[in-house]
Amino acid sequence: MRKILIIVAALIAPTMGWAAGGAATFPNDKIEIDWDDKAAMQRGARTYVNYCMSCHSAEFSRYNRVGADLGIADDLVRDNLIFTTDIHGEQTKVGELMKNTMNTAYAEEAFGVVPPDLSLIARSRGVNWLYNYLRGFYIDESRTGLGVNNGVFANVGMPHVLAELQGLQIPKYRSESDGHGGEHDVIVGFEIIKPGSMSKSEYDNTIHDLVAFLDYVAEPYKQTRRNVGTGVIIFLFGFLILAYMLKKEYWKDVH
Amino acid sequence: MSEDNNTKGLLGWIDARFPLSKMYDEHLGKYYAPKNFNFWYFFGSLALLVLVLQIVTGIFLTMHYKPDGDMAFKSVEHIMRDVDWGWLIRYLHSTGASAFFIVVYLHMFRALIYGSYQKPRELIWLFGMFIFLALMAEAFMGYLLPWGQMSYWGAQVIISLFGAVPIVGDELTLWIRGDFVVSDATLNRFFALHVVAVPIVLLMLVVMHIIALHGVGSNNPDGIDIKKTKDANGVPLDGIPFHPYYSVKDLVGVVVFLILFSVVVFFMPEMGGYFLEYANFVPANQFKTPEHIAPVWYFTPFYAILRAVPDKLLGVIAMFSAIVVLFLLPWFDRGKVRSIRYRSTSFKWLLAMLIVSFVGLGYLGALPSTGIRTLFAQIFSVGYFGFFVGLWFISKNEITKPVPERVQ
Repeated sequence: MRKILIIVAALIAPTMGWAAGGAATFPNDKIEIDWDDKAAMQRGARTYVNYCMSCHSAEFSRYNRVGADLGIADDLVRDNLIFTTDIHGEQTKVGELMKNTMNTAYAEEAFGVVPPDLSLIARSRGVNWLYNYLRGFYIDESRTGLGVNNGVFANVGMPHVLAELQGLQIPKYRSESDGHGGEHDVIVGFEIIKPGSMSKSEYDNTIHDLVAFLDYVAEPYKQTRRNVGTGVIIFLFGFLILAYMLKKEYWKDVH
Repeated sequence: MSEDNNTKGLLGWIDARFPLSKMYDEHLGKYYAPKNFNFWYFFGSLALLVLVLQIVTGIFLTMHYKPDGDMAFKSVEHIMRDVDWGWLIRYLHSTGASAFFIVVYLHMFRALIYGSYQKPRELIWLFGMFIFLALMAEAFMGYLLPWGQMSYWGAQVIISLFGAVPIVGDELTLWIRGDFVVSDATLNRFFALHVVAVPIVLLMLVVMHIIALHGVGSNNPDGIDIKKTKDANGVPLDGIPFHPYYSVKDLVGVVVFLILFSVVVFFMPEMGGYFLEYANFVPANQFKTPEHIAPVWYFTPFYAILRAVPDKLLGVIAMFSAIVVLFLLPWFDRGKVRSIRYRSTSFKWLLAMLIVSFVGLGYLGALPSTGIRTLFAQIFSVGYFGFFVGLWFISKNEITKPVPERVQ
């Protein structure tokens, strides 16, 4: 039987190497999100409401929930995070969902698509993708109206809203064989030709914090989940010892 | 009745009116199970545990979920964020769905290696297969409810398969969807079927499965009939009462299962995109087809068989045949020996081929198809069906080892 099991394992093993390679995109870095780093998420929230939210809502999330989870008092939330008003001109209440005021018909005309809600973007795209995408805008004059393209999401309809922070960059290409005799250019680096208000590392940190916020907002209960889980599993291990002892005691007389 | 049971007091009063003690004895207190159950025998009671878990968490989800094309996705996020402990209830339910299939696949595998489907347990196997079928329907319809992109397009693809049926195909898909595309009408009927119709069928089948089992008696890793050797009181010598012996033993299995289950629920609820697919965090959009549509992992072996056949109708037939052959397993196997411990080497090789094929198909079914993958899917499909055909041939005059009289 063991011999057969080994052969089975050997037959299954090679198929595991077939994971899709995927098209080469640039940049292609990985980040770690520290779930305990509330300060990073707070900075990310600030960047989000200032640069992203006029087009991208986070409509499954509530302002005061963000405040409570990230340790921001309600009045600070009102002063720093809420820029929208209701139909009477009064500021949106802290208990409201994080919607925006962009008219979908206008959005469709301006960008070709309605900018997606970003409540769950970190779960559908992943944090690494977001981190690379937001650092991947480069000058592309062929794109009328936008003037930029993206190394991660080619021909995306989004303008480079963070250009004033990052500056504008041009791509460096390298020719690579496509494996079928042809060649094509792939992006291997960027060079900033018009500096923004931030250095490269400052901008990278800002994006890291923004992604940390998006990761939080996609699953605000993530830390609770982890904490409860630790307790549950410790309890179950204790229970396991008792259950096992009970079983041993009862089974003493089975021969 | 009361005289038969010799019960007094309140229990005696009940026993005179309802066979409570009798039922307790038949199913727990005097149900004699073989004493040599091993690891593989945990999965029956675990399946029951997961069924209860799914029903209980499902009831709580129903209190907050809205089966409406405009509100479904939003209501799931409402459960996840605004409902107290809603995230826990939802993750228990979504992880429970996958856990159900893991447990049931292992439970079925147990039946396969110890011949638990053989005479006189054919009906237990058939009820079990109907449970498996109901479970697949339940899972498929449940997966539409979060109304994400993968829910939507997965349902679109699977329902369109019925379009391959000659003549009535188009009418049939229209009848299933209630619309020309998957829509609010589809969502509503799937909700009704998922929370009412299929669970009722499922519960009824589980009861029949257990009644049949407790009538015939459990098989065991030696594949021996323990009822052949009884003591003076008619109690099988190799049998022990289910309660307390197996209730306390299964409790250990339950706790180990719950530990593994909790690791997923609390630390990796998406399970790398296998339990909750990443594309399902995008609301359903009927105008935007995702790049790659894959069913959830528990359907991928059958999906791979479907794609392995170039013709759509033949592919659908092949896929359904893959399930039909499972139903017929007790009649494919003409052997007299149940347990793998005493069966021939050819049986073991056939089983190894089945494992490789099934796991291979499951793996391929989750990936976009390419030339080489389709070729492998075809080879594995042949391997899958080959098990049943091979079993029919080898089992007639199988060279087996001598089976002992008593359990080892």
